[in-house]
Amino acid sequence: MDNLLAARMQMAFSLGFHIIFAAIGIAMPFLMSASHYLYLRTGEERYRTLTKAWSKGVAIFFAVGAVSGTALSFELGLLWPKFMDLAGPIIGMPFAWEGTAFFLEAIALGIFLYGWDRVPPRIHWVSGLLVGVAGVASGLFVICANGWMNSPSGFRWENGRAFDIDPWAAMFNKAALWQGIHMIVASFEAVGFAVTGLHAWLYLKHRLPLHLSALRIAFVFSAVAALIQPLVGDFSAKSVAERQPLKLAAMEGHFETERGAPLIIGGLPDVKREVTDWAIKIPKALSFLAFGDFDAEVKGLKDFPKELWPPVAIVHIAFQIMVGIGTYLAAIGLLGLWLMWKKPLIFAGTRWLKVLALTTPLGFLAIEAGWVVTEVGRQPWIIYGIMKTADAVTTRPGVAFTLALYLLIYGLLIAVVTLIMKRQIALLHREGKQLAEEGGHR
Amino acid sequence: MIDIVLIFLALSLAFYVLFGGADFGGGILEVGLGRYRNEDLRRIISHAMAPVWEANHIWLILAVVILFMGFPKVYTEALTYLHLPMMAVLLGIVARGCAFTFRHYDTFKATNYRTYSRIFAYSSLWTSFFLGATSAAFIIGRINPQAQTYSGLFLDPWLNPFCLLVGVFTVCLCALLASVYLMGETSDPELIQIFRRKARSASIGSAVLGPGIFLAAQRMDLPLAAIFVDNVVSLLCFGIGTVLLFFFRRSLYAPPPMIAARVYGVLIVTLVIVAWMFAQYPLALRYAAESGEVHLTFYAAAAPESTLRVLLGSLLVGALLIFPSLAYLFKVFKWQTLEQEEQKKVPL
Repeated sequence: MDNLLAARMQMAFSLGFHIIFAAIGIAMPFLMSASHYLYLRTGEERYRTLTKAWSKGVAIFFAVGAVSGTALSFELGLLWPKFMDLAGPIIGMPFAWEGTAFFLEAIALGIFLYGWDRVPPRIHWVSGLLVGVAGVASGLFVICANGWMNSPSGFRWENGRAFDIDPWAAMFNKAALWQGIHMIVASFEAVGFAVTGLHAWLYLKHRLPLHLSALRIAFVFSAVAALIQPLVGDFSAKSVAERQPLKLAAMEGHFETERGAPLIIGGLPDVKREVTDWAIKIPKALSFLAFGDFDAEVKGLKDFPKELWPPVAIVHIAFQIMVGIGTYLAAIGLLGLWLMWKKPLIFAGTRWLKVLALTTPLGFLAIEAGWVVTEVGRQPWIIYGIMKTADAVTTRPGVAFTLALYLLIYGLLIAVVTLIMKRQIALLHREGKQLAEEGGHR
Repeated sequence: MIDIVLIFLALSLAFYVLFGGADFGGGILEVGLGRYRNEDLRRIISHAMAPVWEANHIWLILAVVILFMGFPKVYTEALTYLHLPMMAVLLGIVARGCAFTFRHYDTFKATNYRTYSRIFAYSSLWTSFFLGATSAAFIIGRINPQAQTYSGLFLDPWLNPFCLLVGVFTVCLCALLASVYLMGETSDPELIQIFRRKARSASIGSAVLGPGIFLAAQRMDLPLAAIFVDNVVSLLCFGIGTVLLFFFRRSLYAPPPMIAARVYGVLIVTLVIVAWMFAQYPLALRYAAESGEVHLTFYAAAAPESTLRVLLGSLLVGALLIFPSLAYLFKVFKWQTLEQEEQKKVPL
């Protein structure tokens, strides 16, 4: 395996691993704070149990996320030294802020986890909330840096060197805002549905009322996020259409430049024949979605030199997965909110809970697919239009070896974390049962 | 401007050693616990670290960020030629962080507990050793971009007596820090006695290794002694540190709460760090003589002025946010022993 492929795979794998923990770090503290708030408000023991159980999850995922994130900050230099040489001075600032936010997150988490009965309840609650606020902030900062790779700005490019560096302009690049909002909402959606689904599944199995309380809290977060997301996603796509028409064309599997372009749903792009087979086409819809005008011209892949195409099939399929899941979850969210409001008995019924249980992994799948779209869709560039990925990779030998090592360790970590979460759930189950029995007497 | 950014870099690194290093030390102490009351000792170590270790760890991330934004060439050169020990450090960081967390939350079975403990202990030792060795590689001057062989490019820069000795020295310093901090975390005289003994061994270890490091540097054509003599601050730190070592030994036998011993312990390590930094300044990276490269100074590696200005602003804002919250964290969780805390909880 050559260095470039090994480095790309290592990066893809580490990011794919880390993003799960990052999303949990962004959204989970808010769920935890909501439950904590209900406990402080009502004094009901089940909310305290739930808050503690969720906070343990936050702690475990935060720790693994923190150390894997440290590894990432080194990995950038280990794998892409030439990229970091150029990008560090330009886009380092959001990383410095991310470091600060991360610091505050760790401090707030320490206070929250070990502060039960030791700090005043109000400060305690705020510290829990701050974990989430800092998590959102660090997420946004890192995405500013990623946005810059899609839409480089804040410097003048001459003879292969950067001049007149303006870190502010780099940080607030054109891609940052929508990409950032898209990801934050996605975190709430993915984590919310995962938690909802998990508790739905547990309730179906054990019938503990605790799980119903848990899934009600989580579902509200996920449903609201799922309903906002299609809108945010649309703005994101419009921004891509404007900045990276080639990426949009790959996402859509759209080969011909045309006015009134159809929206291509599903199908398999064939790069050799330059057509997308077996797809459903909705006339003029792409022109409208991308530019708000049914007759707008949408550039096709053929308009660009072939050596600058990203792997079209991967990008197109990943995009279909993301949008498909997003649409499905939005429908579930809408239906669920309505049921919650009008038909609470059906909401807590077996059939609906089964539907919810099946949504558990979907949000995270969509996040992974979405990052495949962003990252693979930017290829062959590491900094769009400025530096090719192949030119940024390290010259040192043996990247394939470190890739194997990473795969081994991260695989092991996933296995252990899964096992531990399983045991934590068993523990919660025991506590919940106790609580239910005590509650029976009241 | 560059100097102020350097001060921040130095501060993050120093804090990382003083706080994060102590957390490594906690793990290192666990390596040689012996059988006597080892569970109690482990409990104190875990209890002392749990609320703060993640915050302590982030000093490293801050230092890395300052490095790649402010001095990108240092960052990329180091991660190319020193990638092996750096990866060893990363491996260790991941292993010990996870093992420590898992031990805390997943202790339903004794076998798991033992496995997690063992991983935590040995990876702490491993990580601090490689951290020391890597930082020594910056100054010893064996990095040779012109080398033709794999070992010349990627092994010789750090696989040498000097770097290995500094690695062991770092392990001793971390153990020293941990044992003096931990003395204050318990009021059990027996346990304090154990930490006292650990502190003594660690201080003897570092005192013995010190001259060895100078000797190794001399043998490898780095006139470390001459650098120290030329540099007033380094020399002063070295002198005061040596004197303090004697005071430290004496203060160890004082009755609890042993504030003097703890202050001396932290001071000694601080002096070592400061001496080191001034000996290194303004060089970021020394290359091998045969490579023909000019040694990389921080000034040569610095990012453009506009970048540094923004970096500095961010760091100042960050400091304003971080220090008060960090102070609150430590105020809540430190300054009382495990026993005091448990007594407080009993009335419930």
